[in-house]
Amino acid sequence: MLGAYLPILLLVVISICFGLGALVLSSFVGPKKPSKVKLQPYECGCEPVGSARERFSIKFYLIAMLFILFDIEAVFLYPWSILFKKLGMFGLAEMGVFIAILLVGYIYIWKKGALEWE
Amino acid sequence: MSNATLDIILLLAKIALVFFVILTMAAYLVLAERRILAWIQDRKGPNRVGPQGLLQPLADVIKMLTKEDVRPAGADKWLFYLAPAMAAIPAILTFAVIPFGAPVILFGRELPLVISDLNVGLLFFMALSSIAVYGVAIGGWASNSKYALLGSIRGLAQLISYELSMGLSLVPAVMLSRSFRLSDIVNAQAHVPFIVYQPLAFIIFLISIAAECKRIPFDLPEAEGELVAGFHTEYSGMRFGLFFVGEYINVIVLGGLAASFFLGGWHGPWLPAPVWFIVKVLAFAVFFIWMRGTLPRLRYDQLMHFGWKVLTPLALINILVTGWWLMLR
Repeated sequence: MLGAYLPILLLVVISICFGLGALVLSSFVGPKKPSKVKLQPYECGCEPVGSARERFSIKFYLIAMLFILFDIEAVFLYPWSILFKKLGMFGLAEMGVFIAILLVGYIYIWKKGALEWE
Repeated sequence: MSNATLDIILLLAKIALVFFVILTMAAYLVLAERRILAWIQDRKGPNRVGPQGLLQPLADVIKMLTKEDVRPAGADKWLFYLAPAMAAIPAILTFAVIPFGAPVILFGRELPLVISDLNVGLLFFMALSSIAVYGVAIGGWASNSKYALLGSIRGLAQLISYELSMGLSLVPAVMLSRSFRLSDIVNAQAHVPFIVYQPLAFIIFLISIAAECKRIPFDLPEAEGELVAGFHTEYSGMRFGLFFVGEYINVIVLGGLAASFFLGGWHGPWLPAPVWFIVKVLAFAVFFIWMRGTLPRLRYDQLMHFGWKVLTPLALINILVTGWWLMLR
């Protein structure tokens, strides 16, 4: 079993070396002439106003929550999709009920306006 | 020489070859994109460095390596430093499970043309595509710039929304092949590719991967018309280069996955298997470039509406219909 994961481990090590190597190499090769103006965050050339660590719209949080719900549902679909010949008609009916319940919830969040962007 | 040593040497040679081919393809995809876009827009594009501009990628790498690495004041030092690598590494790792040819016989042993033929290959890909979100999120947040923050938040919501429909559109392919192993999925398409049975799933997957690699019309995380460069606004030199090359590796890898899931992977008449695989990947890459030259950018609400109100329910219904059809068959 470990045999299948050894190549992945090797690839992880090599690609981390590639990524960090490129970063380290460029920090050695490139010039370093920092100045106060150069280190300002870009804001179309004006002095930056306020902080960039601002609060942002709750909509994005809502999307993340919905993603988790629907992704867990996809997690249930995968084992069924691989075994569905064995589970047969019973499995299909079960999955139909499962997806139907999910669609009810989906219609609910749609009607609630969770998917609207103003 | 013992068997184990030979195995390790073959494995390392295979990884080195794959690494070299992916990086070269990514570098030349950048050039191809610039040339094809120029051609679409009736200009010449980069054609000065070497014959037909063929040495341009090399010149770009040298330039990016010798540029100054600017880290804006107030940026989070370590996160800012590591984010580009976090964006590029998962893209390379995904290629580990993609089979790019039939097993070959070398030194009297069978050598599969895939780095590791995991029995959970599809889940491995889904996991890595989730991890790839971190590069965008952390890079944008750590920069301490408002454009970067906006770009990364947008990118985050876009990537997770389209990941959903991408995952759901792959369920029918698993149902048809009854395996998560990518070589099984490819071998199940030896005669008829799944695109014939599952055109809708293919279209959903194609749109979702265009959004996953942040290509026009889904390039809102970096929308240069409004957000300067989005989440990588503050990056310069090789750090920007890593973000950039990561995106192009992503195009190649997702193209390879689309070919493996729906177009029969390396199967094809007359030509050798790896050639077929590369031809299919390049077809996807050229399609993405063509799309960039043709389509305007979506608005953000249109993007989210399309992902949540069209693609996700369609993919769900497609799964049910496929299940029903496979039962009756």
